[in-house]
This record gives sequence, C-alpha cells and structure tokens, in this order.
Amino acid sequence: MASASALMLMLAAAACLSGCALLADPPHTAALRASPPTDLPPRLERAQVPFFPQTRHHCGPAALATVLADVGMPADPVALADAVFLPSREGSLQLEMLGGARRQGALATKLPPDLTALLRELAAGHAVLVLQNLGLDFAPVWHYAVLVGYDLPAGELFFRSGTQQRAVLPLHTFEHTWARAGRWAIAVLPPGQLPATAREADAVEATLGFGRVAAPASLAQAWAAVLQRWPANVLAGMGLGNARHASGDLPAAAQAFDAVAQQHDSAAAWNNLARTRAALGDDAGALLAAQRAVARAQAAEPTWLSAAQQTLRDLGPAQAQPVTARQ
Amino acid sequence: MSLFRRITATSVAVSIVFSGMAYAAPAPKVASETLIGTEQLASALAQSDSRSALMATLDRADLAAALQARGVSVDALRDRVASLTDAEAAQLMAQIDQAPAGADILGVIFTIFIVLLVTDILGLTKVFPFTRSVR
Repeated sequence: MASASALMLMLAAAACLSGCALLADPPHTAALRASPPTDLPPRLERAQVPFFPQTRHHCGPAALATVLADVGMPADPVALADAVFLPSREGSLQLEMLGGARRQGALATKLPPDLTALLRELAAGHAVLVLQNLGLDFAPVWHYAVLVGYDLPAGELFFRSGTQQRAVLPLHTFEHTWARAGRWAIAVLPPGQLPATAREADAVEATLGFGRVAAPASLAQAWAAVLQRWPANVLAGMGLGNARHASGDLPAAAQAFDAVAQQHDSAAAWNNLARTRAALGDDAGALLAAQRAVARAQAAEPTWLSAAQQTLRDLGPAQAQPVTARQ
Repeated sequence: MSLFRRITATSVAVSIVFSGMAYAAPAPKVASETLIGTEQLASALAQSDSRSALMATLDRADLAAALQARGVSVDALRDRVASLTDAEAAQLMAQIDQAPAGADILGVIFTIFIVLLVTDILGLTKVFPFTRSVR
C-alpha cells in the first residue's frame, strides 16, 4: 500500500516535470504573442463562412464543401465524399483533397507552414483548410477543419470543425495539433485568384494540378494570375501559352510563347511558338522560331532536341516550296 | 471460386474504366499533339528530383486498382485518378496506406483514452470536445 502511494507520487512528480516543460508555448504561438504583426487586425472573424456539419469520418468532404461554398463554388458534401473519401482508411487523404477541389473548378494551393501566414490569409478574405493531428504521434487522430477567425489578445482561433459550427481553440493547442500534422494548410480559390501568402513553387504546383481537369479557358486565367505575380516564371508563361492554344486562341497563345522565348530563351517555348505561328500561317516566323528551338536545344536543353528537330522538319516542305517557286 | 470471381470482377471493372483512358489521359498533359506540355516541361525542369524516377514507372491503372481495393466505387475511380498530376499520383500510390487520413475523433482506443485526456487538459491535444485546457 505504501509502495503504491509512493509510486503514485513519483508518477505525479514526473507528470508535473514533463508537463511543465511541455507547457512552454510552441514556436509560432510564442512569436505571435511576443510581437503580434502590426499590419494585421488584432481580431478577425469571417462569420459568413458557411457550415457543413460532418457525418461520421466525413470531415474531409465537409471541410472541402465549406471552403468551396465560401468562394461560391459548387459544394455538396455527399458528392464530395465520392470524390475524396477512402473507405479502407475511414478518412480522406491530403492529395485527394487537392484533386477534389480541382474537380469542382477550384485551385487548392498549399500555404507556407507558418501560423502567421494563416492569419494573413484570413485577413486577405480567404478561409483556410487545415489538417490537424488531434491526438499524439503514436496515436494519431487526423482531422480536417476550416480556420475562419482569430483573436490575438485572447490567444484564440475559430474554426468550422466536425459538428461544431464555431469551435474555439487556444493558439498553442492548435499549433501543437497542426505541427503534428506537418503544418499542412491550403486555400481553395477560383481560377484567377491566388492566396495572399502563397509561395511561387506552391502556386505553380497548384496550377499544374488544376490543368489536369480544368477547361482551357479557366486554366489560362489561372496561369495568367501566376504569371502576373511572378513574371519571371517560365512554367507560368508556358502554361498560359498552352492553355490559350488549347482554347483555340492562337494569336494570344503565340504572344505568350513569344514572351517566354524572348525572356528565357527556352527551347520548349521556341518550339511551341514555331508550331503556333505555323498554324496561324506565319511560315517565316515559324521557321525562325523552330531554328531558335533547335539551336537552344543543341546548346543547353537536349531534352527538347528531338521535338525541336521534328518541328523544323514538319515546317520544311511548306517553307521550301515558295522559295523554289521564286527561283 | 469466390476469390477468383472477385479478382475477375475487379480486373474487368478496372479495364472497363480505363479502356477510354488512353485517349483521355494524354490530353491535359500535352496541349496538342505537337506542342510541348506544361507538365512535361515541369518534370524536365525537376529532373534532379527523385520523384521523376517514380513518375516514369507509374501506371494510373495500378492506382485505380489500389483505390478500388480500398473501397472506392468504380464510378468514382476514373475522375479521382485523372485529377492528379503524375507526381501526385505516384506519391499517392506510394503512401496510400500510411498518409494521414483526416476523419474524426471516433475510434480512439480506450487504452490511450487517459493519456489523451491528460494531454487535452494540458492543451497539447484536442481529442475530446468536453475538455478545457488549463491554460
């Protein structure tokens, strides 16, 4: 009996010791408390974000419906469950959440793994979909929720979460649960809009994925937005050209390829410019671009050499005829 | 016999779903038959990335079969597989049984109930709706 209570005492002491160490604020919360960003309002809540209470295991579809409906896109949790729910895992995987958003016509863009970035996104008017591990590393309880507001002086965050229309979590608790899920957060927006805090690589990746299912006109809109924010991004320029080409707007496609070719001397851009000019009937311009494509591929981008040579060959006869006719 | 029938049913279903995919799949990848596609350029630019090796060997029909084996309906398979880039599809295939699957708080085993209750109260976790952090 005595040894049992001694053991209990030791356990309690150990719990307190480790507990006291664990009770220190996690890094982003500590930073936010120490110096709240002066350019953000101290309190903000997007009360207008709709609420879709989840049914069993379906927090993924419910959270996705919430962010889609918030930007006025089709959002039916039952249909979305077909798009993202994986029965054997009794949940939804992150990659399929991205795919599910795309199929509704929206771009899902990963946000920087930084708590302040999530608050900035809210301030920019965007709800944020987060993955949490509500449990511990050895006993994970994965959960999707939608961040809709914050109160920095009170140290609280507000969510649409599960069956709770307005879940309130202390900043530090959220950061623990979010950090254990790899600090994963996405913004879901219609094509042409970008998250305020998105990084270049994440915006490009989101748009590449969107291209898998998007209509060419929507895709062109999405690439144009990426190119506007990062004018030096070669993929955004190429994406814009390809999307315009697919939508049938060849003059605009040629313009986009021309800009990338001039700016980056990219063999792929010269190649596509040559093809597009040829389709527009500009044979001289096409030949010029095809020659640049081959030259550039030979010099630095061997990946595209065979494609560029093929383009040049395809142009050959059409180009040669008027020349011989003149002689 | 029933195992044989199940395997046959699965492979027939997958091949029906993917019989049309040969036409549909390359379309988003290459804007037209002759242009160099954006995703193609992206994977060329990222060639140092180890994912490109995986991408080369990925068969989307395998991913569809994997999803079907995990309970996804045949009707949904095609769209779900088609909405991912090559890199994403390869990643999903590799992690389908390990990646976090966001669900809900039901199904937590009782043995860890107490641990999570304590950590909830300390504000480290948030498993139970009835707990309030001490801080």
